[in-house]
Amino acid sequence: MNPRSADRPDRRAFERLLASERRAAERPRRQVVTSPRTIAVRRPRYPLTREIDEQTKLGEVYMRSLVRTQLRLGLFVCSLLGCVVCGLPLLFLLVPPLRVVEVLGVPLPWLLLGGLIYPLFTLAGYFYVRSAERNERDFADLVDRR
Amino acid sequence: MSSAYGVVAVLLVVVATVLIGAFGIRLSRTTSDFYVASRTVSPLWNASAIGGEYLSGASFLGIAGLILAHGADLLWLPVGWTGGYLVLLVLVSAPLRRSGAYTLPDFAEARLESMTVRRTASVLVVLIGWLYLMPQFQSAGLVLRGVTGAPVWVGGVLVAVVVAVNVLSGGMRSITFVQAFQYWLKLTALAVPLIFLLLAWNADGRPRVEDGPPVFRDRTTVSFPSDVRVKVSEPVTVSAEGVIDGRRVGGPLTLEPGTHDIRHDAKVTFPAGAKVPHMESLPVLDDEDWAMPLQGRDHPVYATYSLILATFLGTMGLPHVLVRFYTNPDGRAARRTTLAVLALLGAFYLLPAVYGALGRLYTPELLMTGRTDAVVLTLPGRLVGGVLGELLTALVAAGAFAAFLSTSSGLTVSVAGVLGQDILGGGVRSFRIATVLAVIAPLILAITARALAVADVVGLAFAVAASSFCPLLVLGIWWRRLTTAGAMAGLLVGGGLAGAAVVATILGGPYDGWTGALLAQPAAWTVPIAFLVMIVVSLLTPRKVPLGVARTMVRLHTPETLNVDRGDWRPRSA
Repeated sequence: MNPRSADRPDRRAFERLLASERRAAERPRRQVVTSPRTIAVRRPRYPLTREIDEQTKLGEVYMRSLVRTQLRLGLFVCSLLGCVVCGLPLLFLLVPPLRVVEVLGVPLPWLLLGGLIYPLFTLAGYFYVRSAERNERDFADLVDRR
Repeated sequence: MSSAYGVVAVLLVVVATVLIGAFGIRLSRTTSDFYVASRTVSPLWNASAIGGEYLSGASFLGIAGLILAHGADLLWLPVGWTGGYLVLLVLVSAPLRRSGAYTLPDFAEARLESMTVRRTASVLVVLIGWLYLMPQFQSAGLVLRGVTGAPVWVGGVLVAVVVAVNVLSGGMRSITFVQAFQYWLKLTALAVPLIFLLLAWNADGRPRVEDGPPVFRDRTTVSFPSDVRVKVSEPVTVSAEGVIDGRRVGGPLTLEPGTHDIRHDAKVTFPAGAKVPHMESLPVLDDEDWAMPLQGRDHPVYATYSLILATFLGTMGLPHVLVRFYTNPDGRAARRTTLAVLALLGAFYLLPAVYGALGRLYTPELLMTGRTDAVVLTLPGRLVGGVLGELLTALVAAGAFAAFLSTSSGLTVSVAGVLGQDILGGGVRSFRIATVLAVIAPLILAITARALAVADVVGLAFAVAASSFCPLLVLGIWWRRLTTAGAMAGLLVGGGLAGAAVVATILGGPYDGWTGALLAQPAAWTVPIAFLVMIVVSLLTPRKVPLGVARTMVRLHTPETLNVDRGDWRPRSA
C-alpha cells in the first residue's frame, strides 16, 4: 500500500463521503456534504495508472472491472457458440425428420455443418474483436484521463 | 497413380520448403530469433502461417477418409478444429500474447511462479507434440508409397529430415515463411482438383448417395496394399489373383458370407453392382444412415458431444498453435490474426466433406482395403483420368506433403523449444540438440507402432490438450484464485486420465460398448474432471495463490497503449 495515499485530499474526501453515506443509511436524515473547492482542481495530479501500478484498492477496482468486462464478453460469445454447437446434435436427436430434410438439394446437417457454420464462426469472431477492442479503448480512456 | 508426376510434385514441395526456409537463415541471429522470429511478423503472414501449420495430414487427408467411412457425424471434426480457434480467440489469444511467454511452460511459470508447474507443463507439451507428430510421419510414409511405391518408412524419414534441416538452419523465422506458403499450397491443392471432380460428377449425371449399402458402380479391380480381414454380406463371384483365406487363387472365386482374409498384393475384381465388403473394423452403413447424423456408431450422442468438447477446447492447448501467437507484435494484433485464421480455416474446411461424399460414390473399395485416408489421392485419377488426372493427383500429393511438412515443422519447433529450455539448459546449441531429439522419438514410434487412422490419433492429442492445458490457460487468465497446488493437481489428473485413455486405445483396443466409447473419446469426462480438480484444490489451498497475481493480471489484460507497470518477468529463453 502506498504510504502517501492516506494523506491524499481526494481520498480523504472520498472517505468522508462514504462515512456520511453510512450514517445516512443508519438514520435517514439529510446530510450536507461539504468539501473545499480546491480539491476538485487538484484531482488530476494523481493519474489512475499509478493507482494500478501501486496496487491501491482503487487500482484493483479498476483492474477487476476490466477483467470482468472482458470475461463477460468472452463468456457471452462462448455461450452463444455453445448453444449453436451443442444445440445442433440435440435438435437432430429430438427432431429426427431434420436429419433427412433437404435444403437446396443438400441434406440439412451437411449444409449446416459442411458450410454455413464457418461464416458464422468468422462473424462471431469479428463481433468479439470489435467489442473487446472497444472495451480496451474505454478502459484506456478512463485510466489515462488527465 | 503415376510415379513420375507424383515424384516431381513431392520433390518440388520439398525443395521449395528448403529454399524458402533458407531465406530466413541470415535473418536469425539470436536465441530470441530462433524461438519466435523476434515478433516482427505481420498479422497477415501470421494468419497464413497459423493456417499452414495447423492444417495437418489429418485435415488434408484424414477428414475426407473418416467422412467416407463414418458419415455425417464426422462433419463435426473440421467444425471443431475451426471452432477451437473461436474459443481460443475469445478466451486466450490477447492475454496470452501479453503474457510475453514464448511457450506454454513459460506461461505456466509466469502465472503461477512455480518451477514444478513449469516442468509438468513441459512434459505434457513434449508428450502431446510426439503424439501429434507420430501419425504425420506414418501418413507421409503411406502417401509416398502410394505415389512412388517406396517402402513405408521412407516417407516418414524424408519428412523428418527436411523438417530437422529447416528448423536447424532458420528457426522460427524461416518456419513462418514456410508455413504461410504451405497454407496457400494446401488450399490450391485441394480446391483445384475439386473443381475438375465436380465437373466430372456433373457430366456423369450428378449421381447421388442413395439407399442401401455402398456398391461398386462399375466392374472394379481392387488391389490390396496390406493384409486385411473383410466382411462379406452376400455371396459374390469375383475374379481373384493372390492369396485369399490362406489359399493361392488365380481365377473366378465365390466369396461366401462371413469374414475372409486377404493377403497383401492380392487383386480382386468385382462385378458392377456388387456390394462392397467392408474391412472388419469399419462399420457397414447403409447410405441413408451414412448421410444422417447420430446414426451407425455405438453411443453416437456421447461420441458427438465428446468430439465437440475435445476439439473446441483442445485447440488452445496444442503446443504448436500457441507458439505462433508470440510472433504477433501485441495483444490486439494477436486477436486480429486469430480472426483471419478463422476465415482461412473456414474456407479450407469446406472442401474435405465434398471429397468424402464423392469418395462414397466413386471409391467405395477404400472401405474394403481400409485405406480411407487415401480417398483424396485416389479420386482425381478415378474421376478425371488421363494426363490431367495424373497431374491433379500429383498436385494433391504435393499438398499432402506440404501438410506433413508444415505441421511437423511447427510441432518440432515447439517441442524442441521446450526440450531445449527445460531439459538441456537453454541456448542455441541445446535448441539444436533438442530439435534432433524432437524428431527422432516420434519417428521411431511411427516406424514401430501399428498404423492407426491419422485423424484418430490426432483426435486423442486434442483430448489430452483439452484436459490439461485448456483448464490451465482459462483459469490462469481469468481466475485470480488459481493456486500452484490447484494447477498441478489439475494438470496431473486431467492429463493423466486422458493420457491413460490414449495408451489404452492405442495399445489395447478396440473395445466394445461403453468402454470403447469412453476410451476412444475421453474428453467428455476428462475435461470436466480436470476443471473441477483445478478449482476445488485451488479453493482448498487459498494460501498458495501466487504473490504476484495482481501484477500478472495487469500484464495479461491491460492494452499495450497504457503506460503501466507490468512486472519484470522475462521468459528464460530471451
